[in-house]
Amino acid sequence: MANETTAASKPKAQQLLDWIDARFPLTVLWKQHAAEYYAPKNFNFWYYFGSLALLVLVNQIVTGIFLTMNYKPDANLAFASVEYIMREVPWGWLIRYMHSTGASAFFIVVYLHMFRGLMYGSYRKPRELTWIFGVLIFLCLMAEAFFGYLLPWGQMSYWGAQVIVNLFGAIPVIGEDLAIWIRGDYVVSDVTLNRFFALHVIAIPLVLLGLVVAHLIALHETGSNNPDGVEIKKNLDPKTGHPVDGIPFHPYYTVKDIFGVTVFLLVFSVITFFAPEMGGYFLEYNNFIPADPLKTPEHIAPVWYFTPFYSILRATTENVMWVLALFVALIAALTFFTAKSQKARISAVVVAAVLIVGFFTLEAKVWGVVLMGVSVMIFFVLPWLDRSPVKSIRYKGPIYKIALTLFVISFFILGYLGVLSPTPGRTLVSQICMFVYFSFFLLMPWYSAMDRTKPEPERVK
Amino acid sequence: MTIKKLLSLIAVVPVLLAAPALAPAAETGVKLDRVEIDTTDVVSLQSGARTFVNYCLNCHSASLVRYNTLLNIGLTEDQIKDNLMFTAEKIGDPMDVAFPKSAAKAMFGTVPPDLSVIARSRGADWLYTYLRSFYRDPNTATGWNNAVFPNVGMPHVLWSLQGERVQKVEPVLRDGQPVMEHGKPAVRVTYETVRPGSMDPTEYDQLVRDLVNFLVWIGEPHQNARKQIGVWVVFALVILIGLTYALKRAYWKDVH
Repeated sequence: MANETTAASKPKAQQLLDWIDARFPLTVLWKQHAAEYYAPKNFNFWYYFGSLALLVLVNQIVTGIFLTMNYKPDANLAFASVEYIMREVPWGWLIRYMHSTGASAFFIVVYLHMFRGLMYGSYRKPRELTWIFGVLIFLCLMAEAFFGYLLPWGQMSYWGAQVIVNLFGAIPVIGEDLAIWIRGDYVVSDVTLNRFFALHVIAIPLVLLGLVVAHLIALHETGSNNPDGVEIKKNLDPKTGHPVDGIPFHPYYTVKDIFGVTVFLLVFSVITFFAPEMGGYFLEYNNFIPADPLKTPEHIAPVWYFTPFYSILRATTENVMWVLALFVALIAALTFFTAKSQKARISAVVVAAVLIVGFFTLEAKVWGVVLMGVSVMIFFVLPWLDRSPVKSIRYKGPIYKIALTLFVISFFILGYLGVLSPTPGRTLVSQICMFVYFSFFLLMPWYSAMDRTKPEPERVK
Repeated sequence: MTIKKLLSLIAVVPVLLAAPALAPAAETGVKLDRVEIDTTDVVSLQSGARTFVNYCLNCHSASLVRYNTLLNIGLTEDQIKDNLMFTAEKIGDPMDVAFPKSAAKAMFGTVPPDLSVIARSRGADWLYTYLRSFYRDPNTATGWNNAVFPNVGMPHVLWSLQGERVQKVEPVLRDGQPVMEHGKPAVRVTYETVRPGSMDPTEYDQLVRDLVNFLVWIGEPHQNARKQIGVWVVFALVILIGLTYALKRAYWKDVH
């Protein structure tokens, strides 16, 4: 009886919330992930890009849905249907440009988000799974972008897809059949367009969304890292039980991220409204020529966000194999003389021997494909390569700072060269950059352990 | 914003500037002439539309463009129907050609490309230079050749306006000796008018400029609206940035 009177005296909205909470943990979830999710108070500029990636994901899904309403996944109709969207569909041009600009924006914010992780050691224990889910998201994003790029059915769409699918043909024994299985045909055709459409609009986005949820659940389990790399959960306020260096995500970081969103939208709008082609980087000029299976363009370059990895593919030529062999031998020797377990020593020698034999028996082209794959996959093992006693670059020594700088420079140069057609000089530069790129990861167990680090502070600054 | 943050932003700028300039595909190394494009210049667009319909639309389609799109450049429905529609029935019809593709292929060796988005793949400068670079060449099937697009299947459709020109290739000499460039003797290419057309060079350049302007416009008919709306969007966002920044500051007052 007494219970009923209190319930009735509550405001209507509270009654509704109580009704929901008795059936679904709405308030609990809200508190867990926003109002009482304590985030370090010292997030800086680099911490905007996670929420921005989420914003771009929503943008891609919403604009994508509207594009799907008028796009026709048919080799005879696709090109014209995109132009139909650009010309006849009310606001179609805006939706299409938001989607095409969003694709590039996605990679920009994700690359910056990943760079943040590299700087502040966000991949380190206990956040390895957050990092792994993130790398999986990155892989999905690459697949999503690749499949989506075929849909406008322009010359670059067509020949870009042709080149990339042909890469699978380089795999020994099963390669050719695998390439045909992917295309569904002997060349990229209407069949390929149809399946890429299915993969682009439902298969990959579904996986992507699941991974984003997993990424956030894992993050909220461990709590966020911060520019000092200090675990804020170690310093709890004895009275409240909350981290002394933490602030509730809502309202502090919600208002801060909203500010970030408006700044991002400004940049995004300037591109969308005034330079949607972005000088041929976001929308390639050749892609305004309808796909012609009989006419190969002179110069086929992938879109800018794939070029660093594409450069690694092209840099793997016959004459670089012995350098690769030396590099693998060096890593194996380092492992052999420093590893504590017998198992690790033996496996290092065996793996190196197999690789070196492979380098000189299989075609360089095959290794190009392998190395391109490895250059992306290697991010997965990063948490176990870093042996530094500290997380953040603020307390790491000069070696890591130099290594990260060289890595970023080599990434940019590889990206730059991937846009251009190769010359002997450019190939040499990209080969050097490729070794810098891989050294950053593969030599990390040693240079991160010997680096002269500063002690981590107790509290965030 | 601290100095450090500002510096990290500034560091991004040289990267953007260093990106190699991507140019629309060009077959030759011929230096392209720059053309001023103004898709808000209605008089120029109308002149370009006239030239396009009279000279281009016989062989080239622009099938992604409907005739009634031209209502947006200040033409009335009657003007379009009376002066610009030769083959189409209805104002909502696309700019197609009656000329069958197989006949075109037999005649020119290739199907004349659709011109709806030609300005977006070729670029305005290429089109402007190309349409002014035809010359007489007895060795080709059409009797015409082009410096920007060698051995092009297209004859010089605008010849009665520009006139007929021939190409003169002379070796570059210094002190009586040929100058070498990339291991080959350098040449200077000049053109000589052998039969003048109905227009002087300035008039002809203007006509081509209007035509290219029109091609750029039909490449994206909403481009003027896009830029106009963009100004308002940017304006609104600048205000919103101020507001959201003030909001953030207000909430963060007690965080030390």
